[in-house]
Amino acid sequence: MSLFWSIFIIAFVLANIFACWWLIRWTAKPRKGEAAAHETTGHVWDEDLREYNNPMPRWWLWLFYITIVFSLIYLVLYPGLGNFQGLLGWSQYKQYDKEVAEAEARFAPLYASYAEIPIPELAENGEAMATAGRLFANNCATCHGSDGRGARGYPNLADLDWQWGGAPADIRHTLVNGRQAVMPAFSASLDDSAIEATAAYVYSLNGREAPERLVSQGRQQYQTLCVACHGVEGKGNPMLGAPNLTDDTWLYGGSLETIEQTLINGRNGQMPAFAETLGEDRIHLVAAYVYRLSGGEEARDAIAAR
Amino acid sequence: MQTPAAYNDRVVRQFTIMTVVWGIVGMLVGVIIAAQLLWPALNFDIPWLTYSRLRPLHTNAVIFAFGGSALFATSYYVVQRTCGVRLMGDRLAAFTFWGWQVVILGAILTLPFGYTQSKEYAELIWPLDVLITVVWVAYAVSFFGTILRRRTKHIYVANWFYGAFIVAVAMLHIVNSLAIPTSLTQSYPVYAGAVDAMVQWWYGHNAVGFFLTAGFLGMMYYFVPKQAGRPIYSYRLSVVHFWALISIYMWAGPHHLHWTALPEWTQSVGMVFSLILLAPSWGGMINGIMTLSGAWHKLRDDPIIRFLVVSLSFYGMSTFEGPMMAIRTVNALSHYTDWTIGHVHSGALGWVAFITIGSIYMLVPRLFNREQMYSVPLINVHFWVSTIGVVLYIASMWIAGVMQGLMWRAVNDDGTLTYSFIESLSATYPYYAVRLLGGLLFFAGMLIMAYNVWRTIRPVEASRPATAPAASA
Repeated sequence: MSLFWSIFIIAFVLANIFACWWLIRWTAKPRKGEAAAHETTGHVWDEDLREYNNPMPRWWLWLFYITIVFSLIYLVLYPGLGNFQGLLGWSQYKQYDKEVAEAEARFAPLYASYAEIPIPELAENGEAMATAGRLFANNCATCHGSDGRGARGYPNLADLDWQWGGAPADIRHTLVNGRQAVMPAFSASLDDSAIEATAAYVYSLNGREAPERLVSQGRQQYQTLCVACHGVEGKGNPMLGAPNLTDDTWLYGGSLETIEQTLINGRNGQMPAFAETLGEDRIHLVAAYVYRLSGGEEARDAIAAR
Repeated sequence: MQTPAAYNDRVVRQFTIMTVVWGIVGMLVGVIIAAQLLWPALNFDIPWLTYSRLRPLHTNAVIFAFGGSALFATSYYVVQRTCGVRLMGDRLAAFTFWGWQVVILGAILTLPFGYTQSKEYAELIWPLDVLITVVWVAYAVSFFGTILRRRTKHIYVANWFYGAFIVAVAMLHIVNSLAIPTSLTQSYPVYAGAVDAMVQWWYGHNAVGFFLTAGFLGMMYYFVPKQAGRPIYSYRLSVVHFWALISIYMWAGPHHLHWTALPEWTQSVGMVFSLILLAPSWGGMINGIMTLSGAWHKLRDDPIIRFLVVSLSFYGMSTFEGPMMAIRTVNALSHYTDWTIGHVHSGALGWVAFITIGSIYMLVPRLFNREQMYSVPLINVHFWVSTIGVVLYIASMWIAGVMQGLMWRAVNDDGTLTYSFIESLSATYPYYAVRLLGGLLFFAGMLIMAYNVWRTIRPVEASRPATAPAASA
């Protein structure tokens, strides 16, 4: 701030504080001809309202003085008087940076040591997973749930269905950089009957019954508009985050009505990037936790054996 | 004594009745949202029953409808008696009554339906803000006009506080509500960013300081010495604590924005002035309590005196707690927790509502020419029910708040947070239940009061002497 405003603030703050001091001294002064203490001032309102001329309680005056003195000392030590930063040189930003640096110095080696262990192996380390679980609870559970089973619009992490790939490197990549899924809105390019037909076709992709007339019409729309991302068979594409439409997993719901809504309005699923918040080493640990949530190596072996 | 016709008591009666009505409405909404915190399904998936929309309705109803009506009623009553003249402008006074009721109805018809400015305690949309300003100017003209025409030489201390309340609220309301309208229901504030936040909390804390403190101190300075039949303890103390209180409160707002992007000098200034505010606040408590000393025996059989004494005790407690919470390091723990909610309600229920209830029990028989309230034992029941209610409310919120603050900052040996947010929330549930119980008791007390007031004021043939117990000492 400019020198003018700095002086303005200093003058105004000190004036109000010293005005309080003066007010106490001035009011406490005995005056000639005034009523004695324990007598009333002589004014009467509404028949019987009077005031004693008692002195102010001494302990109360001390309380007042002490808060004033404390405040003046505080304003000398801490930033408060305009541009004057205080003798201690304290600031909330410095305090934050210092506390973060101290915490990093203390905890970083632990996470660095975990970062050297490959994710499938780290997922079997109980102590590491207890730490990772708390990171998950404070950073991921808000959307994905405390058990990782997700919610409408937030993928279930505890199964083997992966929108962006479930290999250790994929999970890590998702955490570091985030993901932005884009299902475009088709309300401009498809009319109501085309939407209805396309939705019916998508609905039928995982083996559910839908009117044949709509399905065959919808198949044509699908082959022109949807195939690029979701593939000819509708099995999706993890490179683009395009979900598999032939299984029972529906991120936003699989009813005919919801599929129509998805087609009309599109969807914009967003996984935020955690590189800044958590740092690479903690992300490595959380990636192992998510890997483990979906069953770890065992589950993957079982799938491969099928 | 003045004949009753010499004073305009019609407007006082109207505001007094509406104080009881809005008290019940506002506290009912409070009970509903307290229950929603415990059972979220209670919003029944109806948008205008959601917590986020009912909460501002609750705060507006209890502060501006209940508290506001009480301040209008008592200030109009007090200024006439202590100036010895009729209130200036009968039509003007009637306009303030009907205008204020329209503002409240406007709040009920906008807030639940999502029309809001999103500024805490200043949520009402701009057309209602304009109406508030017009009503308030009429109020000021009526009040200060009466003061100017007074027959007494000196202005009574209660009127200093009422006067400061009227002037300061006008200034706060206008400055904080400055906005550019874009439609009948929408507007954008003229401030942005940290400046907007600072103006908002300058307003917000002074709404506490002038609406909920200075105004109610005016009430205290009339009804406490009246009911105790004793002179005010110290005129000197009145002078010092009045001027110190109104000048220092103006600085305290930034303590709502500790550890934020607000410039640090502003935070520090807000903190030190909040601390200096302790003594001026206690000046009012001391003057009230010491006025009652010498009349302590009345506590035994006058439940109205009990309401007044307890209100002063809560005033002392919350004005000690406030400066402590304004200290940076304490605030780092207390901010964003239910401790704040406990603090607010220790002031709002313990101080504001109790002093109002005591004053209303004094006012109603005087306004309606009755010997006393229909039932003094019922006043006593009201006193105990609401005292237990307040204690349950604030104790549960204190414990919950400190617990939340400690859980949020607990760190393990591996540097991770010990608890997730949801764990602190589920740990709070039992305290939400206790808080709901406390709120229900306080609400029940208001219903008891409404019944008692109704039986007192209903047409004369119903209030035969036989039904009125002679308990007043």
